[in-house]
Amino acid sequence: MGERNPQTATGSNTDLVGLYRQMRRVRTFEERVGELFVRGLSAGSMLHLSIGEESAAVGVCAAMKDGDTFTTHHRGHGIFLARGADPDRMMAEIGGKETGYCRGKGGSMHIADMGLGHLGANAIVGGGIPAVVGAALVAQQRKTGAVSIAFFGDGAMQQGILYESMNMAALWDLPAVFVCINNQYGMGTRIDQATRATALHERAVAFGLNGETVDGLDVVAVRDAAERIVDAARGGTPGFLAIDCYRFFGHARKDKSPYRDADEEEAGRRKDPVAFARAALVEAGQDEAELDAIDAAAAAEMDATIDFAARSEEPPLSSMFHDVFAVGEPEPEPLAVRIDRVLARN
Amino acid sequence: MAELTYRDALKKALHDAMTEDEDVFVIGEEVGRYGGAYGVTKGLIDEFGAERLRDTPISEPAIVGTAIGAAMAGMRPVAELMYVDFIGMTMDQLCNQAAKIRYMFGGQIGVPMVLRTQGGTGRSAGAQHSQSLEAWVMHTPGLRLVMPGTVYDAYHLLRQALRQPDPVVFIEHKALYAISEEIDLDVPPPDWGRAVVRRTGSDLVIVTYSRQVHHALQAADALAGQGIEATVIDLRTLNPLDFGTIRDAVEPIGRVMVVSEGPLTAGVAAELSARITEECFDFLHDPVIRVAGEDVPISVSTALETASVPTPDLIAETARKMLV
Ligand SMILES: Cc1ncc(C[n+]2csc(CCOP(=O)(O)OP(=O)(O)O)c2C)c(N)n1
Ligand SMILES: [Mg+2]
Repeated sequence: MGERNPQTATGSNTDLVGLYRQMRRVRTFEERVGELFVRGLSAGSMLHLSIGEESAAVGVCAAMKDGDTFTTHHRGHGIFLARGADPDRMMAEIGGKETGYCRGKGGSMHIADMGLGHLGANAIVGGGIPAVVGAALVAQQRKTGAVSIAFFGDGAMQQGILYESMNMAALWDLPAVFVCINNQYGMGTRIDQATRATALHERAVAFGLNGETVDGLDVVAVRDAAERIVDAARGGTPGFLAIDCYRFFGHARKDKSPYRDADEEEAGRRKDPVAFARAALVEAGQDEAELDAIDAAAAAEMDATIDFAARSEEPPLSSMFHDVFAVGEPEPEPLAVRIDRVLARN
Repeated sequence: MAELTYRDALKKALHDAMTEDEDVFVIGEEVGRYGGAYGVTKGLIDEFGAERLRDTPISEPAIVGTAIGAAMAGMRPVAELMYVDFIGMTMDQLCNQAAKIRYMFGGQIGVPMVLRTQGGTGRSAGAQHSQSLEAWVMHTPGLRLVMPGTVYDAYHLLRQALRQPDPVVFIEHKALYAISEEIDLDVPPPDWGRAVVRRTGSDLVIVTYSRQVHHALQAADALAGQGIEATVIDLRTLNPLDFGTIRDAVEPIGRVMVVSEGPLTAGVAAELSARITEECFDFLHDPVIRVAGEDVPISVSTALETASVPTPDLIAETARKMLV
């Protein structure tokens, strides 16, 4: 089992700077995704930005170790980036390009990378949750020491599959963690319009898991809570962590959130984990010029992702038939080939 | 006559049905305040209130199951699944419950509900939001299946679906919401379950439904410029299936192409092809040719997405090959 990232794990005296840098990278990446869409370079408009939720991605990933695996929901760019993804390949995937993580087949909602333990983002609300039970089961049986973490939104709290999954994880003492990024909304539905039971972690506790809720404003608090929950899971007690935050913008690129009033949005956007971390660092005497340099480096890094995606090629049409089954298995016969074959016989 | 979009025709159908029948109500994710992910129910909550435009948590099996119970208890629910792709989560409720209740219980009670949803490609929405899953539904006895391709049909088929005694799965096409037609909704619709011949020509018959009706008509126009005349049949409902209209067109011509956006293997086109072959065998000059989706998932890449389902070009090219 590997080590936690020394730049963001507890104990390092540069940890908050490291957390801030990662959150800034996530924020800037998401801003560039918005730009990719506006420039007409994205594959479609179903792009879900995690702006306002950076502490969840960065805080939880700081508690993970090499070898750990995870799945995400449809708003998972930040989590993957915080786990070490190459932003160029991410942006290319979001553009549906050959150089992307999934060769342009998956896109924003289906990004994955087995090398980094990313078992896949998902466009089915709740769809990625049970796979972590399976991954945790293997980790337990093979004694690898790995933990598997499912990231999902508050909307998935009303999907039955979450409860089937948590129950099995608790029953079998699996190293599994369920992380609910509670940005208060599932599309236009506020959490209290979806459930009476808004103390989300209590549900996990009822199934025999460790359960906590943490305020996502403070990335250090998120990281510390995640370390408690993840460490316990590694020891055989699965856990659940709800992270309270606010979805700063619309559900996807075309949604202007007409169902939220301006006052609410303004108050919500004041819960800004990136600004909060920066203020805390300045308060503690951090040189602002250094923070500016971090911001500038993130901007340069993420600007380059758009150029990379724009320069990259569309996948070749023949790739359509690859990967339906394993390499070496016969590929599906293209329609046009079949039609020619059938007509030639007559 | 009025200019209407497919989206607004659907909304008007719900509006008119809800006005006429107090038992009709809509239940699903984002159907009320938000107005539907594709805007079909926008504004209806202002007129009919939150009880009749019931917003739900993200709990698809329970949405469909609740509609089943409400239908058995005497109401006429319209359950909405935001994407047909989510039907997988509801298959037990739909196929083991709704489809079988009348039969298992010896005809005591039916489930008069409509499951409205949308499918198909066209938005780079990726593998889990772009499928054409009508074959899954068509394969289950006890379910009606409607796939409107025109604005007029969007209105009238939904009105007719809401008068059926049995569960109806009503699948819209996401690429059609914005199409508009100058139509007179007062012209009485064809009887429930009837196909419509959209174009007549004596060289071949193209049998299709939903968005592929438009692709087939575009192809037929292109072919006409080259001296090939096609008949285009819009099935409108896949269950009931109007085989009489197919037979009447096929027998004198003897050359048939079936077009479907769903995957080729074991799909709707396969069923139609088998049936035509069985029933019209002596009249056929050529095998029935299926033009359908490739047997692959849908990619987010726009290039791959477009190439994986039938296009007007592919239909026209295939027709030319059939006629050489
Ligand atoms: C099974 C399923 N139902 C519905 C949807 C449509 N949908 C996509 S995202 C979403 C809201 C999800 O909310 P939440 O889980 O809170 O995640 P967030 O978007 O807030 O990150 C909905 C309803 C879906 N993709 N999958
Ligand atoms: Mg949410």
